[in-house]
Amino acid sequence: MSDSPGDKPPIPSRITPRPPEVRSPLPSIAPQKSRPKRLEPGPEFGGRIDRTRRLSFTFDGVAMTGFQGDTLASALLANGVDLVARSFKYHRRRGIFSAGPEEPNALVRLRTGARAEPNTRATMIPLYDGLVAESQNRWPSLRFDIQSLNNFFSAFLPAGFYYKTFMGPAANTKLWMRFEKMIRKAAGMGTGTHEADPDGYDQMNAHCEVLVIGGGPAGIAAARAAAASGGRVILVDEREEIGGRLLAEREWIDDLEGAAWVGRERAALEANPKVRILTRTTAFGYYDQNLIACVERVGDHLIEPPVHQPRQRLWQIRAKQVVLACGAIEQPLAFADNDKPGVMLAGAVRTYATQYGVLVGKRVVVVTNNDDAYRTAIDLHDAGATIESVVDLRASGAAGPTLVAAKTRGIDLLRGFAPVKVQGGRQVTGVAVLKLDADGKATGAQRAASCDVVAMSGGWQPTLHLSSQTGAKAMWSADKACFLPGPPVQQERSAGACAGQFTLSECLEAGHAAGLEAALAAGGVSVDDLAVPQADVVRERPPRAYWECPKPINTPGKRFVDFQDDVAVSDIRLAHREGYISVEHLKRYTTLGMGTDQGKTSNIVGFAVMAAARGVEIGQTGTTTFRPPYTPVSLGVLAGPEVGENFAPLRRTPMDHWHDAHGAEWIDAGLWRRPRYYPKEGGESLFDAYIRETKATRESLGIVDVTTLGKIDIQGPDVGEFLNRLYINGWKMLAVGKARYGLMLREDGIVMDDGTTSRLGENHYLMTTTTANAVQVMSWIEYYLQVVWPDLRVKATSVTEQWAAMAIAGPNARRALEKVIDIDLSNDAFPFMACGPVTLDKGKAGQEIPGRLFRISFSGELAYELNVPADYGHAAWARLMAAGAEYDITPYGMEALGNMRIEKGHVAGPELDGRTSADDLGLGKMMSTKKDFIGAKLAQRDDFLRDDRKQFVGLVPVDGVTKLMQGAQLVAKDAPDFAGTLAAGKAEQPIEMLGHITSTGYSPELDHPIALGLVTGGRAKLGTVVSMRDPVRGNRCEVKIVEPVFIDPKGERLHG
Amino acid sequence: MLRINCPWCGARDMVEFTYVGDATVRRPDMGADSGHYEFVYLRDNPKGVQEELWHHVAGCRQHVAVRRHMVTHEILASGKPDSLPSGDAPS
Repeated sequence: MSDSPGDKPPIPSRITPRPPEVRSPLPSIAPQKSRPKRLEPGPEFGGRIDRTRRLSFTFDGVAMTGFQGDTLASALLANGVDLVARSFKYHRRRGIFSAGPEEPNALVRLRTGARAEPNTRATMIPLYDGLVAESQNRWPSLRFDIQSLNNFFSAFLPAGFYYKTFMGPAANTKLWMRFEKMIRKAAGMGTGTHEADPDGYDQMNAHCEVLVIGGGPAGIAAARAAAASGGRVILVDEREEIGGRLLAEREWIDDLEGAAWVGRERAALEANPKVRILTRTTAFGYYDQNLIACVERVGDHLIEPPVHQPRQRLWQIRAKQVVLACGAIEQPLAFADNDKPGVMLAGAVRTYATQYGVLVGKRVVVVTNNDDAYRTAIDLHDAGATIESVVDLRASGAAGPTLVAAKTRGIDLLRGFAPVKVQGGRQVTGVAVLKLDADGKATGAQRAASCDVVAMSGGWQPTLHLSSQTGAKAMWSADKACFLPGPPVQQERSAGACAGQFTLSECLEAGHAAGLEAALAAGGVSVDDLAVPQADVVRERPPRAYWECPKPINTPGKRFVDFQDDVAVSDIRLAHREGYISVEHLKRYTTLGMGTDQGKTSNIVGFAVMAAARGVEIGQTGTTTFRPPYTPVSLGVLAGPEVGENFAPLRRTPMDHWHDAHGAEWIDAGLWRRPRYYPKEGGESLFDAYIRETKATRESLGIVDVTTLGKIDIQGPDVGEFLNRLYINGWKMLAVGKARYGLMLREDGIVMDDGTTSRLGENHYLMTTTTANAVQVMSWIEYYLQVVWPDLRVKATSVTEQWAAMAIAGPNARRALEKVIDIDLSNDAFPFMACGPVTLDKGKAGQEIPGRLFRISFSGELAYELNVPADYGHAAWARLMAAGAEYDITPYGMEALGNMRIEKGHVAGPELDGRTSADDLGLGKMMSTKKDFIGAKLAQRDDFLRDDRKQFVGLVPVDGVTKLMQGAQLVAKDAPDFAGTLAAGKAEQPIEMLGHITSTGYSPELDHPIALGLVTGGRAKLGTVVSMRDPVRGNRCEVKIVEPVFIDPKGERLHG
Repeated sequence: MLRINCPWCGARDMVEFTYVGDATVRRPDMGADSGHYEFVYLRDNPKGVQEELWHHVAGCRQHVAVRRHMVTHEILASGKPDSLPSGDAPS
């Protein structure tokens, strides 16, 4: 620590060799063959765990302990657990493979009950006291998994096996249907929970000048430089603390040990009010215009989140400029049985020793195609392990100083050798190696190095996911044997390992420069007095682009490429032989790069194998496209707080309290809730209630809340012309004080909506729409007024929520209303389709309610619709209830409303299904021939004029009893039950569908079920008997086609 | 996730808008006998810049003309309908 910058000794000499002392295992723990692994405390090993804080956890029910600062993976390794999972397809034994987000193997089910979460990566789970984890995809137990028999048949289960077997000669034999369940069960990830998620999720929006993604040396240097420029900076990192590999490497910056430098810089950043550091936060998606989505795991390091705290938080960060400092992911090498527990990534082996104080093996062989893995050999040696060999695929070995550092430790170097097979049964006992010639072919006899851990390194691949998500095309670098980020498409730049700058000094320099550049581009001031953090310059010899190690004849075992999906070299070679040579086809045929890890440790090796098979450079194979998310994201955090009652707004009418107090059962209509029916005390059924409500209305008096109908206030001198264009019927002659029913078509001639529009004044109209289409009609009107006909002097405003609306209907409607309304309601003074302003309880001080009255009828009875300002809605409803009391006024809900409109043959939502024309609905005569209107021309197309279109008809059961079913099909009376299966080639003609039932009800007046439907050429088939088929619900009966108006066809009642 | 500069409200997130479509198609005049089919059904799908309409439904409820690159989603200009300066070169 006292070294001056000028005469620092080379890095390796800082390492103090320490004896291989280890903690003895706890006696109560014996989950598997227990191998004590935790190193004694020391300044250089295990620096990030707090040995004073011991944490308890269980894995597959066995109690174990770890320390604060551990991940589940490091704690499992410290407890000697080498087997943690079974592979996806062959159910092979798998151990912890990595120390980061790339982990393909160690997927566990975390927590229990409603919080159980499958497929979590043990390497990314911070250990907490009371953690419960379980292994997956094994039965009955992890150590004895019956499905591992698949392993013995693996020669018969190559890539594409299932397709070939079930889509080949066996297609159409139902063989697949028989085996599908079994196969799906055998190939699996963990299982989730069916319980509701008890946790809350939060969402945040943030803005900044510079967003730095990745808190390693490059990211910290970038954030430090960007912050110096004065703008808002956000630094996100997915781990528990920033630092990246500085927490695991024995490196020095500005004369500080790496972790100490991190601490100093973090403190400086935290002290700056314009800087926000988000740890435990994964930037998973890079979207348009520099929007980056991140998920912050607020409470995932606890047994459960504290009350009132979310479990996770979604951050949507809009950044002017982005610095990607996402680091790199180490790649494996492909040699036989490289998936055995005990074969790990070299960087991870080192991380477990240096960051977590866990020695994963006592005797280690390092196999590598690059310099970096030598650090693992040196660090593990210094931590007390025996390095049996460093097997370097390169004949030259590492750069000089690194070679010297290894040699001074007496480490055996095998240069120009490749690993060919891992030896051992359940435990790794060694690795066989072969000499490579200049062309990379194996020569000579196999040699074996014995060991208990193989640390392998196929070099580091920049984490290009976010860069690739922007659309930047990754470029192959033959020098560095990796893909590098392509030219930026968005406002971003990459720095550090994710840009192929792998040494510390490069990272710091590039990060610093990127931070300054980003800040400047975001409008910050230029900074020229901030020193670049200094680290020793390390020279590295380039890696060898060699991953597919030789497999001599008669060497058993698969050379795994994708560990999670059980894809081996042989599968990729097979895909090549069968013509799947594009990387995108390769991925889909073999599943290479699929699964929860999305190929983070398999793509490079896989592409290299394909490139070799094709005889091209790896750069010519290209890469598959990365899409969000970078790592799996829980659906809960995407939904955020918008779940349950917050999923959608609930609209209530002003009379909602009254309905609630009077026992209404509710039904959703758009975003509204509306009374469906008002059951009498004693549990009156839906059917009984709506029949009672229908009868009461038709025989005396009913009242219904119709506030939810869309109401659009339209004003201006040109409204008449505008309505003429919107509606199919004419509007110019509509007098003030009159209402008219109108029908609108879409531009393509299909019916869009219907409703009445009233002329309240010379230039003042009120349009009503259906509840469902209120929003759409409003948007439509705005489109035509703003874009198509801006010359029309018309203004339109939605007033749906400003007015409460109620309809009072039945033979006693006038008598009841007269008691509270100030105008003459006689037929002459206020006839059908009249409208005008009214006052309730006029002259009573403090009791007057202003309103508008419309004599319109949906029920077919004498009816009035009263609109009052929304705040008066409840009071007006109560007045009408009181006025109607002597006529037994009965509130009715949606069921009775719908039932009465079916009795009257009015079309509604089920008939306005986006396929029906005005003529189909029997409303063709409304279409004016004297004017043009929206949809007029296209409604005259040939197909609209055919007489075999489905037409609107009424339907009744021939037996007068059987309930008709909405959605049921109508077929010929004598149609067969079953037409056979087309696919089996035995089909006769499919059964001709004559139509379907759209709306159903029951007429108490006629005392039988009724329905409306759409039937091919239906108007010419009145009196015909057809058959209703409803196989899903198991209903059928004979149905007669009738006129669609069941009650009062001449409309005498509503004019009464 | 785009940000659209509404001429009335300023820069707003695209979730406040509803996409309407190509702003350059013209509805035939009232009374015209042809052009309806083209207006309803025919759209270009340019690999490049398009002028289109967005409806600010959760804002001012005005239609906004937006010139957007269909591949990169870069928004080159926005304004009132029929008000965008001509030319499709990135600004």
